[in-house]
Amino acid sequence: MAKYITKRVIYMFLSLFLIASFTFVLMKLLPGSPLASASKLSVEQREVVYEKYGLNDPIPVQYVRYMGNLAKGDFGVSFQYKNADVTTLIVKKLKYSAILGAQALIFGTLIGIILGMIAALKQNTVWDYGSTIIAILGISIPSFVFAVLLQYVFAVWLEVLPVGLWEGWKSSILPSIALAMGPIAIAARFIRTEMIEVLSSDYILLAKAKGANWFEIAFKHAFRNALIPLITVLGPVAAGLLTGSLVVEQIFAIPGIGQQFVKSISSNDFAVIMGTTMFFSVFLIVIILIVDILYGVIDPRIRLSGGSK
Amino acid sequence: MEKIVEVKNLELSFHTFAGEVKAIQGVNFEVYKGETLAIVGESGSGKSVTTKSIMRLLPKSSTEYKNGEILFGGKDLLKISEKEMQKVRGKDISMIFQDPMTSLNPTMTVGNQIMEPLLKHQKLSKSEARKKSIELLTLVGMPKPEMRMKQYPHQFSGGQRQRIVIAVALACNPKLLIADEPTTALDVTIQAQILELMKDLQKKIDTSIIFITHDLGVVANVADRVAVMYGGRIVEVGTVDEVFYNPQHPYTWGLLSSMPSLDATEEKLYAIPGTPPDLLDPPKGDAFALRSEYAMKIDMEQVPPLFKVSETHYAATWLLHPDAPQVDPPAAVIERMKRFPGSRYYTGNAGGVR
Amino acid sequence: MTTNMKKLPKDSFERITIDSSHAEKISKPSLSFWQDAWLRIRKNKAAIVSMFILVFIVFMAFVGPYMVEHDPEDVKVAHASLPPKIPGLEKLGIFDGEGKLGSKTVNLYELKKVEVNYWFGTDSLGRDLFSRLWKGTQISLLIAFVAAVIDVVIGVIYGGISGYYGGRVDDIMQRIVEVLIGIPTLVIVILMIMIMKPGIWSIIIALSITGWIGMSRIVRGQVLKYKNQEFVLAAKTLGASDTRIIVKHLLPNIMAIIVINMMFTIPTAIFFEAFLSFIGMGLQAPKASLGTLINDGYKFLEYQPHILFFPAVIISLLMIAFNLIGDGLRDALDPKMKD
Repeated sequence: MAKYITKRVIYMFLSLFLIASFTFVLMKLLPGSPLASASKLSVEQREVVYEKYGLNDPIPVQYVRYMGNLAKGDFGVSFQYKNADVTTLIVKKLKYSAILGAQALIFGTLIGIILGMIAALKQNTVWDYGSTIIAILGISIPSFVFAVLLQYVFAVWLEVLPVGLWEGWKSSILPSIALAMGPIAIAARFIRTEMIEVLSSDYILLAKAKGANWFEIAFKHAFRNALIPLITVLGPVAAGLLTGSLVVEQIFAIPGIGQQFVKSISSNDFAVIMGTTMFFSVFLIVIILIVDILYGVIDPRIRLSGGSK
Repeated sequence: MEKIVEVKNLELSFHTFAGEVKAIQGVNFEVYKGETLAIVGESGSGKSVTTKSIMRLLPKSSTEYKNGEILFGGKDLLKISEKEMQKVRGKDISMIFQDPMTSLNPTMTVGNQIMEPLLKHQKLSKSEARKKSIELLTLVGMPKPEMRMKQYPHQFSGGQRQRIVIAVALACNPKLLIADEPTTALDVTIQAQILELMKDLQKKIDTSIIFITHDLGVVANVADRVAVMYGGRIVEVGTVDEVFYNPQHPYTWGLLSSMPSLDATEEKLYAIPGTPPDLLDPPKGDAFALRSEYAMKIDMEQVPPLFKVSETHYAATWLLHPDAPQVDPPAAVIERMKRFPGSRYYTGNAGGVR
Repeated sequence: MTTNMKKLPKDSFERITIDSSHAEKISKPSLSFWQDAWLRIRKNKAAIVSMFILVFIVFMAFVGPYMVEHDPEDVKVAHASLPPKIPGLEKLGIFDGEGKLGSKTVNLYELKKVEVNYWFGTDSLGRDLFSRLWKGTQISLLIAFVAAVIDVVIGVIYGGISGYYGGRVDDIMQRIVEVLIGIPTLVIVILMIMIMKPGIWSIIIALSITGWIGMSRIVRGQVLKYKNQEFVLAAKTLGASDTRIIVKHLLPNIMAIIVINMMFTIPTAIFFEAFLSFIGMGLQAPKASLGTLINDGYKFLEYQPHILFFPAVIISLLMIAFNLIGDGLRDALDPKMKD
């Protein structure tokens, strides 16, 4: 297991290193750079700015400094907002995005598990079809279409929930639902397939042969075995939530990282774009690593066999 | 002798994507107290299905019981409610499956899996159940049972897992134990150990066993009586000696001739020609006729009934009809029959009696 | 045990000879893999309906822009923000050209003295939304399809080489994949779009740059599974070349899984294109794609919901159809599901 974790951590750093180098090259190539408005500056002012950002140093020196800063958690300085460093910006906005993401993840997964269980236990009944339809819609309908629909129905038409902005927890309901569709759909489909497979396995037959009743079969024997592998889809689910948050926060005007990111795209604030991108990468890669390790810890088959697959 | 279970005229079908599969077409047999009945036959002959229907473990959605009854302890198991059936399973009848690698729950400790039927059926306290489980593990020959209780199935070898499955099956001292090819998935040496264990345990707890296998060597080793199944029917049933040394059905002849033996004189191993019948569209008459070199006209028209050979020996072949011509079984079978008193080829003590 | 001894006609017991080849006869007609798959998928109503929807949308994507006399990119400010109007449907109270002006509902066509009909209305610049919708669908489909084909080609070649040659080659290739797979799609797509100017090809390249990895892993897995099976070993023994083994023996076996995966790659690509357009990194006007149309529509949601309605419906239908066909194919082609 320790060997496996070490290997995974090394790959994680390699991936991050690659992304970081790539963003550095982009920063150097992009036309906008910090000096998008440079023409308005005098030569002296320009020198001051160059000096301040260290742009006079040779490229390798800049590269090493950039990587060093990243390692310290410094994602650079915004060009748009005077001297606001990206890390502070992210930390300031993180709260809202985290609330939405956590709500969507927790409720979405729970509802998905329930739907998937119902579908598997009542296979080929109305319940199964209903739950399958919800799952297909959840996977198929893009989050922004769904978010706009929710906003139009509940905020504009029925006027029962806020249209947007952050005015307390109520504001988080619609965007959380919009984001939760993905986790609901993925969890429901996954649990359904897993449950059906587990229910047809030999050990369920043996449990039946022992005289276990329906409830014991479903929850004591099958559920645990179907639930454990669900951890593996948490990585893709997190990636989906992140992608979704960009548009959903935009649509509901939630002052989170996603909205900040989309804004920085339209204002060509490359430092924020790159910084946030780096932040996203670290976030997702660490999540996937944690998920994989967690899976190994929870599943006894993997836990004790020393991580060999 | 006391009958433990009696299967009468059982008929059942599966409804599948391709149509109705007539898996069992009228099966009759009984198991007596303390005996081992072996059911032999090719894959798809219906031997597993028959026993799974005793446990009512077949998928409800696709299985249709068309006819017959399964009498156990004065009740017809096909008629009782699912709740009552749950009280029978694991307590009065228990089962051992073919593949020990997949028949234990991978995320539950072995101890919990053995304790489950004890807690459920015998209403033991947790500590009593634990004690009993450790005894059971000792009984099936598992070293260090206390330590092993806390481990998960993947930490055991195939043979050890089958011992655990046997411990689970024997937990409540069942009246009937169904072993569905319990040794097929194991190495030959482990096979022998498991068979010895089962014979030993049967004596200790006086249970009846239905032993399903396609391995005639295993049958000779463990069984008291043998039922041969073909195409969803029992074609021959009798004591081990009767079926092995005085077989009457051409299919049994084929099976015995295809069994390699050390003293066989023939160099070539016999193989039954053709393939098992398609139960989606079972042939008219005797299902084996199409593969038999002893086929008669009637075989194409009518299903043969079970003809009585002796009190304990029956076979379903028109060859036993009084009007049927006398045929000679294959040479290898004649060799066997020479050793059986009562068979028409018996040569033993030739000079002595009469 | 009924021992029925009723009299049977004497000749019943005549010996007959059975032609044992008769017993070996396989009575069912033999079906090729794809015929069998077709029989299966035909029973899947959802997949069949999806196929019809898909065929309809694809047909309209190519024919739709030419069904009306308006050009999808023509700006006509005088005809701006018109609601949908389809002659013949007015009586039903829909598509009658009525829309909100302030708080009143009026017939905007009469008000603005527009003689022609815009079936799905116009946008704020007076561009015809019907032709724009189908043109946009065409471009979205094109992007998704090309991206999916690139994924398949690179994925199959990379995964195939890695799996087939194994050993050192496989080791190195898989280490590269393990590093690349760590990079989130979202991140790589955004970074790639930043280098290149937003456009059809930059979106395709951005989507393909890591998109092939999933396919390559699947293909590698399949090749590893099949390459040591007896039929491949037999072909090798008979002296078949590597190319012949790959093309004749391996590819047909992994074709099904490639097709299934492509069915899931396409909707993902459609989604990402729309997503990029929605956050402002997609195609630039006057070009249209489903994403840009949805983005445009969203801005006018409160007063002219129809601008958003049509592209939102089409993209949802497309995604649902592809997913259902993918599911159907998987169920039909997965040999585990047989019987």
